[in-house]
Amino acid sequence: MTADSPLSMRLDGVSRWYGNVVAVNDVTMEIKAGVTGLLGPNGAGKSTLIHLMSGFLAPSSGTVTLHGQPTWHNEPIYRRIGLVPEREAMYDGVTGWQFVLYNAQLHQLKQPKEAAARAIDTVEMADAANRDIGTYSKGMKQRIKMATALVHDPDVLLLDEPFNGMDPRQRMQLMDLLHDLGERGRVVLFSSHILEEVEQIAGSIEVMVAGRHAASGDFREIRRLMTERPHQYTIRSSDDRTLAAALIADGSTSGVELQPGVLNVQATDYARFAHQLPAFARAHGVRLFEVSPADESLEKVFSYLVAR
Amino acid sequence: MNATIARLTWRSLLGRRRAVLLMVLPAILLILAVMFRVFQGADADNAAFLLGIFGVPFLIPLLGLIAGTGSIGPEIDDGSIVYVLAKPLSRYKIVVTKLVVAIVVMIAFGVLPILAAGYVLANGTSKVAIGYAAGSFAAGITYCALFLLLAVMTRNAVVTGLLYVLVWESAVGTFVPGAQALSIQQWGMAITEKIIGAPAEDLRATSPVGLTTAVVLLIVLFVGTTAYAGYRLRSIRLTSDE
Repeated sequence: MTADSPLSMRLDGVSRWYGNVVAVNDVTMEIKAGVTGLLGPNGAGKSTLIHLMSGFLAPSSGTVTLHGQPTWHNEPIYRRIGLVPEREAMYDGVTGWQFVLYNAQLHQLKQPKEAAARAIDTVEMADAANRDIGTYSKGMKQRIKMATALVHDPDVLLLDEPFNGMDPRQRMQLMDLLHDLGERGRVVLFSSHILEEVEQIAGSIEVMVAGRHAASGDFREIRRLMTERPHQYTIRSSDDRTLAAALIADGSTSGVELQPGVLNVQATDYARFAHQLPAFARAHGVRLFEVSPADESLEKVFSYLVAR
Repeated sequence: MNATIARLTWRSLLGRRRAVLLMVLPAILLILAVMFRVFQGADADNAAFLLGIFGVPFLIPLLGLIAGTGSIGPEIDDGSIVYVLAKPLSRYKIVVTKLVVAIVVMIAFGVLPILAAGYVLANGTSKVAIGYAAGSFAAGITYCALFLLLAVMTRNAVVTGLLYVLVWESAVGTFVPGAQALSIQQWGMAITEKIIGAPAEDLRATSPVGLTTAVVLLIVLFVGTTAYAGYRLRSIRLTSDE
């Protein structure tokens, strides 16, 4: 890696285990300039991955490097990394201004006051900067945390579930800010378990499921994979057997299961199934009492991606 | 030393209810010293008695525990230490800064009150006050270093530290002669004994450990625990919600 090559965070064959528990399993990925969403259900290993990238956790195997430099046991790397942790705890009895200023001083910046003021302006917290952090709402705390991460103008910004607890307006503000940082050539990586959140700003997505790197790339591709996956539906009708026969004869389903009082259907072509089901019901004189998705847990959606 | 870390540590140490606890202990010592002085008069024997049963075995180790663990433990527990660690700062510098703050607290709330109580009771005529203050200082800074390391190593630092102070130093150290040789309190007392000189025997201000051995052990433990705390802080694992 040369000094002129584009900035990137690289993970090569990274695993991390705690005793017998594997938190991250053989992950290889490269996070480049722009906004990247780290998507996955709770417990997928997202926070572990962010801790590995931010140098707070040693990989059990593999390497984590920023621009060719290892992040583990490398304190000078924090000149280039800004970290927004998921946990809310900050220092007691300090104002937002003091907290950001302390962070600027800890970075040993030449003009800490100017840097702190700039970072606070960036997150639009100037009006509340002189209030005690303890009086802040969750969204305000999140923005002040952002200011501490931005105060030294880092090349890489790592954010662990930054949208948690934010109201829609705050969410939009933060999204605009991250988008802007990505546009300016920063490496911005944020974790989330909500696809819609990620696809609004992330140019690319890395999907983690159960510690494994399940998918990678453009969000549209991952959205397509998710949309096209088999959907499970539970149907209650006046004649389940007739409906089952009609559905299985159609190409939109790959399986039906008749149980007392309920019909379970696996739809492979979601769009066609949604269109055909009421048509079949009407054609066969069947009344539909209930049609509900039975398999919409995020974990199962992500698990499908792993299986792919 | 880093001034910002020192400021944050100072706030953290004297914040919450710790400041009250820090002031209560030396206040009790000074009140007792004044009461002894008023009711029994100035006497080196009384000074050695009070400092020997309250100052050295109780005030100094407890202050060391509060200051040593309190200088870094709460930040590790609540995760706010990440704001210090995610900076281009040597972990050793962080530990040394926090230790210096803990030592300042130890001097202010432990060593100086012992010196003052000694002078109140011994009327400034003997070396009792100086001897106990010097021994307390040596033991106190070592307690701070040891308990700071404990706070970096375990989330149960306060309980572990209390067990060391109450079980090892107070109970085992009192009844098992060999155990006294491995007691920070006794190492500090070796310095006190040396400064007081000949009257130390009559004042029961003695230590089973020789002065040279005590000083060497104090230095080794102080430097060793500080260096190891810095080393452990480099690899500290922050808890995650995941």
